[in-house]
Amino acid sequence: MRHLWLTAYADIVESVRARWFMVYTTVFGGLVVLLFAYGLAESRIMGFTGLSRLLLTYIQLTMAILPIFVLITTVRSVAGDREAGVFEYLLSLPISLSSWFWGKIIGRFAMVFLPVMIAMVGATVWGSIKGVEIPWTMFGYYTALLMSLAWCFLGIGMLISTIARSSDVAQGAAFVVWLVLLLFLDLILLGILIQEHLPAETAVAIALANPMQVFRTATMILFDPQLVLLGPSAYVILDTFGQVGYIIYALVYPVLIGTAAAGLGYYLFQKSDLP
Amino acid sequence: MIRFEKTSKSFRRNQVLKGVELDIERGHRVALVGSNGAGKTTLIRCLLGEYTCDGKVSVDGMDPRLHRREVLSKVGFVPQLPPPLKMPVGQLLRFSASLCGADLKRMEQVADRIGFDVDQFRHQPFVKLSGGQKQKLLIAIALGRDSELLVMDEPAANLDPEARHVFFQLLAEKQEQAVMLISSHRLDEVAPLVNRVIELDQGNVVLDDRVADLVELSSRLHCQVRLIRSENAFAKTIREWGFTGSEDGLVWEGFVPGPDRLRFLGVLSRYAALLAGIKMDEAT
Repeated sequence: MRHLWLTAYADIVESVRARWFMVYTTVFGGLVVLLFAYGLAESRIMGFTGLSRLLLTYIQLTMAILPIFVLITTVRSVAGDREAGVFEYLLSLPISLSSWFWGKIIGRFAMVFLPVMIAMVGATVWGSIKGVEIPWTMFGYYTALLMSLAWCFLGIGMLISTIARSSDVAQGAAFVVWLVLLLFLDLILLGILIQEHLPAETAVAIALANPMQVFRTATMILFDPQLVLLGPSAYVILDTFGQVGYIIYALVYPVLIGTAAAGLGYYLFQKSDLP
Repeated sequence: MIRFEKTSKSFRRNQVLKGVELDIERGHRVALVGSNGAGKTTLIRCLLGEYTCDGKVSVDGMDPRLHRREVLSKVGFVPQLPPPLKMPVGQLLRFSASLCGADLKRMEQVADRIGFDVDQFRHQPFVKLSGGQKQKLLIAIALGRDSELLVMDEPAANLDPEARHVFFQLLAEKQEQAVMLISSHRLDEVAPLVNRVIELDQGNVVLDDRVADLVELSSRLHCQVRLIRSENAFAKTIREWGFTGSEDGLVWEGFVPGPDRLRFLGVLSRYAALLAGIKMDEAT
């Protein structure tokens, strides 16, 4: 267990000094600053005002940015480390492969989640200073959703890094995965629905298998409990899960996907050539 | 201690190791030589359990893949190309010592002996060190613990003469209880360090020979070189060996590590026309 934490800590130390982390932190920190700078906290749309409005916008932007950032930075640095000989050296030290692999995931999870979290905490602190009411339920729920989404894409990223033998291939594969999930949010799904006359339940099932769509719907459910924005699909979702059931599903499902992908990645990693 | 039995390794259709059979015992200092693509690195990676392979590889009867921690806790590894680690020197030392269950102070002492000032570079990222400094630190991590199997890929390539001498001393201290596997493109680089030469060619062992073990690893030679005239290029080269010259630049004196004598004479041969005399004595 000690080796697992040592690896996680070493990965954190490595990441803090990496360029990707600086860009990543700047993007998420910059987003919050921009949202404040443009007076979003003071604006009112659909009854949303103050920090709720800001958090809502932030979470929507994060959904677009976080998955691709997590995927690309994970595959780039993990596959890049392998190519550069980091694996060859560090894996010559007496550490078990499970401690190495899972320690790396834990360290990386901390590094991809912390900047997002710090930006949200920063917004909350700033809101408190300005005397704006803090939506704690929303804050807690969104934090949990973000953790779930980050873990999901981290797991997928680790799986791609294990399978792809070069960082170029890994980056290409990561981009394709993200693009497919993004297109299945609406575009392809709607096309298939219309072309194939799919039953609504099947279309919704396909959508709910997509962690990005799950996240997107889950962010809506807090301010739109009947999911009016989704149209008729809302009936299928709410009849199947109920509101609380869907919230639990939205938190658990991406974690399961991420864990399954990481687990498969670990299985392949320990069976294959390491460097 | 080390046994390769019909060890083969292929990458897709390319067979890099072709049924290698080797037995290496404690006290053996092996030069693993061969041209690029001969299979040296692949053999080392199979030994470290980093590659899966056909046949069998064992260290003290244990498969390095299945008993990673037990096997690798005996191994000190110095790669040819240092990894581009961004972690600071102090962190790398702590990380390695902690993983190996080794004494951090001992690693720092070895680093100090070989001419790497840990305190000076403690907070500097490893990747920012010079080639020689990286090599010294990796040697300190490999030798600053109870390693019984030293696997080194061109370990002394970036070291200055003084550091080479200390490195050879450190190897001498371990030569009885450890196996050394030193990989190199060139036999003359490692010949004085070893008592066995294994040459690989296209994945086969083409030479496995015991060699005379006459040179003391920790020995030193006092050398005096006399020239017929002073020459700037020569002065620059010999200063890199730590030699000091007379005022007129005609007489140069210094020490050469025993195992480096061949390499030193090789350097002098480039200036053969300038030489008026060479005197080499075993230093006490």
